[in-house]
Amino acid sequence: MSIKFEAVIGLEVHCQLATREKLFCGCPTDFGAPINRNTCPICLGMPGVLPVLNEQAVDMAIRAGLALGCEIRERSVFSRKHYFYPDLPKGYQITQYERPILERGGLSIELEDGQRRVIGLTRIHMEEDAGKSIHMDTGATLIDLNRAGHPLIEIVSEPELRSAVEAVAYLKALHEVVRYLGICDGNMDEGSFRCDANVSVRPVGRAAFGTRTEIKNMNTFRGVQRAIDHEILRHIDVIEGGGVIVQETRLWDEAAGRTRTMRSKEDAHDYRYFPEPDLPHLIISTARIESLRATQAELPLAMRERFVRDYGLSAYDAGVLTGEPSLVAYFEAAVVAHPNPKGICNWLTSELLGRVDAAKVPTSNVSPGALARLVALIDDETINGKIAKTVFEKMLSTGMSPDAVVDADGLRQVKDGGAVELVVQQVIDANPNQVSQYRSGKLGLKGFLVGQCMKVSGGKLNPSVVNDTLDRLLGPPATGG
Amino acid sequence: MSSARALFEDKATVRKIAILARLELDDPTLELLGRQLGDILGYVDQLNAVDTSGVEPTVFAGETTRFRPDDLRIRLAPGASLDNAPDHSSGAFRVPKVI
Repeated sequence: MSIKFEAVIGLEVHCQLATREKLFCGCPTDFGAPINRNTCPICLGMPGVLPVLNEQAVDMAIRAGLALGCEIRERSVFSRKHYFYPDLPKGYQITQYERPILERGGLSIELEDGQRRVIGLTRIHMEEDAGKSIHMDTGATLIDLNRAGHPLIEIVSEPELRSAVEAVAYLKALHEVVRYLGICDGNMDEGSFRCDANVSVRPVGRAAFGTRTEIKNMNTFRGVQRAIDHEILRHIDVIEGGGVIVQETRLWDEAAGRTRTMRSKEDAHDYRYFPEPDLPHLIISTARIESLRATQAELPLAMRERFVRDYGLSAYDAGVLTGEPSLVAYFEAAVVAHPNPKGICNWLTSELLGRVDAAKVPTSNVSPGALARLVALIDDETINGKIAKTVFEKMLSTGMSPDAVVDADGLRQVKDGGAVELVVQQVIDANPNQVSQYRSGKLGLKGFLVGQCMKVSGGKLNPSVVNDTLDRLLGPPATGG
Repeated sequence: MSSARALFEDKATVRKIAILARLELDDPTLELLGRQLGDILGYVDQLNAVDTSGVEPTVFAGETTRFRPDDLRIRLAPGASLDNAPDHSSGAFRVPKVI
């Protein structure tokens, strides 16, 4: 009976560019500086100052454009967007309006069923961030302008996303891209990567869009998913109840799990844009674009494919390694030192990542070279896998090299047949019951005897030599028992 | 284009601009400002009267993009930002409650 609806979602993502300084002045961009410490007459909006564009910010924006297949405008224009709010000292934000630096392009996303889709981008423009308002219970608002003037790119998608899950997949893919390019630290807690969502619903099969609402204040991927899911259901409820969706901006309330109307910043949304007279047009040469293209970082999706193809890793392992840029460099450095990608991947993902945060792996006590050497010692049978774990523990706690640990603790694997035979004979002599039961056909007891040999030797014997020696000394067991 | 002057003779237009600029103006002032704005735009009308077809527009004197390197690290001395602030607290500008 009821009409089936589909959601139409577009995302606007604000990415703080990882420049050292602000977009139009020389103030540092360090997060966590004392309140208003990183300010100067330009970002405070004092009269008579002139903004000058940060070259690095432009290059970072171009890198985003190259990675996302955008058209890069040879000539783009900065504009003033006027509104009054205490965290905007000039009374206008310098942004790009009619002619943004980047247009069109697309982002490839992977859905849970493994399918790929390309989501179209409308535009990416450069702009400056506003300051921060801290609302006090005492009835005042405090303003910190450290963030005012921080360079941003705003990435606007086409309304091509059809579910909250897709929106999150898009957001994660974008997050990965900007982090891989090194143009944004992607820290959502600190607001370096922020997302607003435009959501509407329409009956399946209808081409025209429904009325949309814009949701703000989503600070986690999970929050984005919940907020959009909630908003879709709210739209459907209103429409099915005979109501009308009002076009408005709504705030996501994470604790309450719902969106609510945000009091409008402006009675009239008349930003009175006009070209920024203090800045010349931004003209980007082909030479600049080409030199950036030549030094462009590899993107995560391509890297995952390469890891599977060239290193023979599983898609899962490739995903774990490429999920964190710092792991990629670590892994590849280790593989150069000892070309056993699978072995190194196993030790990296199951042992090192089990003990150290991914971001801290490069600065842990175990260098890529040391991990590679550990795997090499296993591969050439200097130590066995079990002893390697002991060696690894000590490397991690002391920063010693694996060779030093092996030598200092006498952990070298015993492969010599005579030495192994001594231990095996000793175990056979000490366990006459188990030996006779084994000989009468209880084959499972061999595992016990191997274990005893390893125990007696402190785990240092080569397991396959132990096996062979046991077989030889015990003789063939009775069959059919 | 010659309508600039006429536009500002309409008080409603001037009132709207005043509201957007957060200016509280009484009727006589609105009328005065409307006339003055019209005069200013009248100059622009004079410029518009010149035939510029076939002339390449000059957007900005110089025409080259000036960039700033990302390594100047210039900022005000600690606390100096607040020197002109009407009110401040704990290093922050203090303004009437916004929300």
